[in-house]
Amino acid sequence: MQVPAPFEYARATSVADALELLERHGPEARVLAGGHSLLPMMKLRLARPDWLIDLGDLAELRHLIRDGDWLRVGALTTHADLLASAQVGRLLPIVHDAERVIADPVVRNRGTIGGSLGQADPAEDLSTVCDVLRARVVITGRAGERVIGMEEFHRGPYETACEQHELITEVRFPVRPRSGSAYEKVERRVGDWAVAAAGAALVLADDGTIADASIGLTALGLSGLATDAAAVLLGTHPSEEVFAEAGRLAAAASSPVEDQRGPVDYKRHLAEELTRRVLRSAAERAGAGALTAVQGG
Amino acid sequence: MQVTMTVNGAEVTRDVEPRLLLVHFLRDTLGLTGTHWGCDTSNCGTCVVLVDGVPVKSCTALAAMTSGHEVRTVEGLADGAALDPVQQGFMEEHGLQCGFCTPGMMLTARALLDRNPDPDEAEIREAISGQICRCTGYATIVRAVRWAAAHPATEEVRA
Ligand SMILES: Cc1cc2nc3c(=O)[nH]c(=O)nc-3n(C[C@H](O)[C@H](O)[C@H](O)COP(=O)(O)OP(=O)(O)OC[C@H]3O[C@@H](n4cnc5c(N)ncnc54)[C@H](O)[C@@H]3O)c2cc1C
Ligand code: FES
Ligand code: FES
Repeated sequence: MQVPAPFEYARATSVADALELLERHGPEARVLAGGHSLLPMMKLRLARPDWLIDLGDLAELRHLIRDGDWLRVGALTTHADLLASAQVGRLLPIVHDAERVIADPVVRNRGTIGGSLGQADPAEDLSTVCDVLRARVVITGRAGERVIGMEEFHRGPYETACEQHELITEVRFPVRPRSGSAYEKVERRVGDWAVAAAGAALVLADDGTIADASIGLTALGLSGLATDAAAVLLGTHPSEEVFAEAGRLAAAASSPVEDQRGPVDYKRHLAEELTRRVLRSAAERAGAGALTAVQGG
Repeated sequence: MQVTMTVNGAEVTRDVEPRLLLVHFLRDTLGLTGTHWGCDTSNCGTCVVLVDGVPVKSCTALAAMTSGHEVRTVEGLADGAALDPVQQGFMEEHGLQCGFCTPGMMLTARALLDRNPDPDEAEIREAISGQICRCTGYATIVRAVRWAAAHPATEEVRA
């Protein structure tokens, strides 16, 4: 029987209360959102907090708000909430692509976006999605809040810029006209973590050329975005050729490791193929017409 | 610590350790052994119960987190002698063999039908995709849920 080691439990009544509890209970206090990463880690003694500060009652952190050119998502918004939102599907299709393949519907009822980012597992699908969309993370501490980009938020596997005494309170996604995004994952069986996955977002200029591009990989040993791969797309018309080149560069930027999910060459092949596929869908969704084989760029 | 929650319509209050998982609270503290306990790793789904009407894997929730909420277990499906249409459907369509996955499957089915009274096969398969059945091959489970969708009558009698 797997049971966590003993700890004390407190339920926060507000963000301020959560911050005060974190401070009072010292360095071994951890916040609990959906518990679908933290509790399994505690059962295995991979995490052993003295105190759990449960955020479950903080309805103020469970929201989806369109605010001008931003979509603001509260940290306690669940995977299921994101998937149920037609607005999210329309504005940020990559989020729905990813959510459909994150775990299973029952796990998605509990897991949250704040927990996913806070967990910072290298195979976490939403981390890649946030990278690709150039999301900004709102981190709140007792001194106030700061808003940081993903490159600053990531510190490595299981490590982020959110300090132990702080909270992730919101994730902000820019909403851009003439943009399209997509995510595709290969998994061993339905609901499993990625063998490999790729995500991409494109913004088109008035003349149909690519004005902005970002490409991210999941579980492929790439931290941050595949910048070289995205750079070859800029100023070109979406085409099979340039997407193939971006796929090759993304694969070159990856450094997958062999594990029970597959060998290195297979994963590298996936990096290339999945990058091409997500670029194709992102271009289509951004309103680029049918891709032609040869186009000037 | 003290937890208070509504379980199958009745309020219960108990003293528990904060680390007590909801599945063990239901089975050991309350004696409601209808909720099964399998993989312990949030993969098999036999431990699914409804928390505020939403399916949750109770091996991956603390009893403490559920305090103040409403829990429904398989024991809360039937109303006295009147079976829930989902239970009737599992009987009519042989939705179970060994029965190990059945409590979780039935609760997920109940939550699905409450949200979508006429789900098609794809929607049913998606809803139960976080739950494993080693016996039926799922076809009869899907038929059982379809049966329940087609016979909501028991539900009306209850209301
Ligand atoms: C069977 C299973 C399959 C899964 N498959 C996938 C998958 O395919 N892809 C995928 O991406 N994920 C997968 N997950 C993970 C799932 O998405 C988790 O729900 C998610 O990673 C964590 O969210 P949570 O709310 O449960 O976080 P918790 O477990 O509550 O917390 C995780 C960590 O984040 C910290 N934290 C939580 N909220 C905050 C906050 N607001 N501020 C600061 N720190 C915070 C916690 O202290 C903890 O360290 C799977 C999980 C399970 C159980
Ligand atoms: S025992 Fe909870 S999912 Fe298997
Ligand atoms: S009936 Fe045996 S596991 Fe489903």
